Amino acid sequence: MKINSPLEAYKYLPQTNCGECGEATCMAFASKLIDRSGKTADCPPLMKEKKFAKKLAELDRLLAPEIREVVIGVGDRAAKIGGDDVLYRHKLTFFDKTKMFFDVTDTMDEAALVERVKKIANFKKFYVGRHLLLDGVAIRSVSNDPAKFAAAVKKVAEVGIPMIFCSFNPAVLKAGLEAAKDKNPLLYAANKDNWKEVGELALEYKVPVVVSAINDLDTLKTLAKTFAEAGIKDIVLDPGTAPSGKGMKESFTNFLKIRRAGIMGDTEIAYPIMAIPLTAWMAGITDPVSASFWETAMASIFTIRYGDIMILHSMEPYATLPLVHLAETIYTDPRTPVAVDSKMYKVGNPDENSPVLFTTNFALTYYTVESDLSSNGITCWLLAVDTDGIGVEAAAAGGQLSADKVKDAFDKSGFDIHKDVKHNSVIIPGLAARLQGDLEDKLGAKILVGPMDSGRLPGFMEKNWPPKQ
Amino acid sequence: MANKKKLSEVTDMFKDVDILSLEGVTIEGDIEIDLSGLGGGFDPMLAAILGQENAVLAQHFARLAGVFGVPVGFGAPAAGVPAPAPAVAPALAAPKLKDLIPAKFDVANIAEWTTQIQEVPIGNTSADGGSRGKRVMLGGEKALPFFPDAPMPNRNQVTIDVFDMRLGLAKAVKENYDEVMDNPGEWAKKNVEKFNADMITIHLISTDPLVKDTPAKEAAKTVEEVLQAVDVPIAIGGSGNPQKDVEVLSKAAEVAEGERCLIASASLNLDYAKIAEAALKYDHDVLSWTQLDMNAQKELNRKLMKQCNVPRDRIIMDPTTAALGYGLDYAYTNMERIRLAALMGDEELTFPMSSGTTNAWGARESWMVSSPLKEDSDWGPREYRGPIWEIITGLSLAIAGNDLFMMMHPTSVAVLKHITQTLFGSIEAEPVDIANWIGAEV
Ligand code: SF4
Repeated sequence: MKINSPLEAYKYLPQTNCGECGEATCMAFASKLIDRSGKTADCPPLMKEKKFAKKLAELDRLLAPEIREVVIGVGDRAAKIGGDDVLYRHKLTFFDKTKMFFDVTDTMDEAALVERVKKIANFKKFYVGRHLLLDGVAIRSVSNDPAKFAAAVKKVAEVGIPMIFCSFNPAVLKAGLEAAKDKNPLLYAANKDNWKEVGELALEYKVPVVVSAINDLDTLKTLAKTFAEAGIKDIVLDPGTAPSGKGMKESFTNFLKIRRAGIMGDTEIAYPIMAIPLTAWMAGITDPVSASFWETAMASIFTIRYGDIMILHSMEPYATLPLVHLAETIYTDPRTPVAVDSKMYKVGNPDENSPVLFTTNFALTYYTVESDLSSNGITCWLLAVDTDGIGVEAAAAGGQLSADKVKDAFDKSGFDIHKDVKHNSVIIPGLAARLQGDLEDKLGAKILVGPMDSGRLPGFMEKNWPPKQ
Repeated sequence: MANKKKLSEVTDMFKDVDILSLEGVTIEGDIEIDLSGLGGGFDPMLAAILGQENAVLAQHFARLAGVFGVPVGFGAPAAGVPAPAPAVAPALAAPKLKDLIPAKFDVANIAEWTTQIQEVPIGNTSADGGSRGKRVMLGGEKALPFFPDAPMPNRNQVTIDVFDMRLGLAKAVKENYDEVMDNPGEWAKKNVEKFNADMITIHLISTDPLVKDTPAKEAAKTVEEVLQAVDVPIAIGGSGNPQKDVEVLSKAAEVAEGERCLIASASLNLDYAKIAEAALKYDHDVLSWTQLDMNAQKELNRKLMKQCNVPRDRIIMDPTTAALGYGLDYAYTNMERIRLAALMGDEELTFPMSSGTTNAWGARESWMVSSPLKEDSDWGPREYRGPIWEIITGLSLAIAGNDLFMMMHPTSVAVLKHITQTLFGSIEAEPVDIANWIGAEV
């Protein structure tokens, strides 16, 4: 972004305070543009009225993120990458989470291919009120045979998640493009030998393309610049991802340098970067678990330091789970509140016989407990106690979770433990067991100490609910 | 980004969706783990790393891979078999792309990084008046870790936990320590000899009045025992009870006089002045511990320096480690901000950092047999999830600026060391020709 104060954006707005954008004033809208929670398209007058056309174009140019945003695939699973404005997440936030593509080859037998692609597409991991997914499929042309590649592409395309076509042979890439018209795959890759042909394909089929130059930033920039001048806008950079030793250190350094240059205004190299941790499998590691660990470690490094899209191999849960969590960790907006509202929540449709539980209002804790309950079909009342957004264990130790606080939360929620349920009992987190006595006195209710981890609530309920009279 | 939904709705939505899982296959089993018999035939790079545990589990895993239908190579080295050279397609008409437009890449160093992180040694050798066999040096950075702006003078260090009593640990961890858990000296020895620990941390948890209420004097004997058993530098931790810790750590400092241990820790919730006093009197370093709060960290460091006269080369910070998926975003950014502020000249933050990476084992993904959520894709064998959770938690913080890692699982220690030392630049490896990765057999 070339500007950083609302005042600068305000200059380009209609300044009528008409309110159509949902904001009371143009100035309020301008600050949303600056923190990137709003976009120019949300201001109807600016979009529609001819007299603003010039201002709109200029404003869009000023607001464009430093790193170009590139879209791969189509539909609601299309993968958007790049779009960053800062080098450190606390300076704003990172945009467009690192996308994880997993490899298949055009020599796999059809059943295995389809099964693997479906597994990639169907992966889910729940996390604070949403699910984390994997993003796409990288099809490697091992055969180097256009017909075989096209056949594999057809199969993968049916599943409907974004694709990367991997071959240095333009004939192979072209066959893939013909087999998956309008699917907007990413072409991998143009290098110093094939750049003319691959560039032409990117132009002809209007698809994003990777330029590749291993450990050679001058060539990488030369290719990117040449493509940009020819009218190719959606470019992704591959500076090479070496899996070991000094080579890996060089790769890491290249990622740092490219992103720093891009954020600092070198537009000729301000594109998303691709990491290929799959090369871990070429490092001569004989044992598959070791190779997978190494791949995950490499992927983690490049998730943190500026990799925008990755090609990976291991689909084992011990590879995918840490990776989707790490991408979420690094790309979570540090500006969003970490607490949920302190109140009584319903899980399912609870009634007067349903159990009553409480946890803290720290978002992570609350969502974990809520999902453990709902996923296991436990209908109940769940109170989020305001602990200043701190988890149960720390809050119970630090005094932010005390019998008084819990009582207070019940009072404020309007829920009456004596009237709204018949059993007069409350299940408390195992990590807050020390509050049991105090709570009995303060609430005048029976206190059941629940498990240390809410994941064990189903078993606990089976044994302890309804409470014995 | 995935759209936000109430979980219960999502649950309903997926009721009918067929979730891929290993139905009918039990992954959890009593698999024998034996790290003492590191057999041959292991990969040279990661040989020491995964040990026997892997050999057994790898076979197990290969069978499972068959169930998945995933083509995972097993045994033979994946030696990057090159694809046939790409046949160059007949030259297409190239109206827009005629010639390369040459460009030179260049980027400047960060000018604002003007300040060096304090170097802090742990451990006194005979030359320093102690009995340690070596000294560990932390800090000294002039740039973010592994950045090209300035060389990083000291590599990351790992200290492996020892507890002064048998305690409940995740299964995958416990299997490595079961036979030494009643003997802190033997435990420490195993950490150094078998698991390549740079340091040992002895946690005196039994001193907690709610645990065993071991008297400070007796706990100090455990410290002596560990100092006798190994000659690496040690860190000494309390039980977390703010009242008792002051007494316990002071006594421990006394019996370890002259060894320059890391006393863990001084914090704002206890009498930090007493801890600092004992550390100075008996020649130790102080771990300055705060909870995910950069301003509190500044305050405590300031108090240690100004009020307690702790010299700069005796302060290490622990800004708190939260596990991957359980607040690592805060822990990561807190450390990165602290390190950036230090490099830009905030003298209250220019200290090396330490991470309680072991906290990763608190994440349910690292120890639970399977997901408690029915909608989740299969979580696979937990034997592998725990170690990688600890690795990724630690590695993320290494990149944020952390110097010293307090860890538990030997596999995690080995991988973390190998990857951080690779980024540090001290690992030599055969160069791998990655140009043909597309055709590689993996
Ligand atoms: S819609 Fe546009 S003109 Fe109207 S208030 Fe919003 S920003 Fe101003």
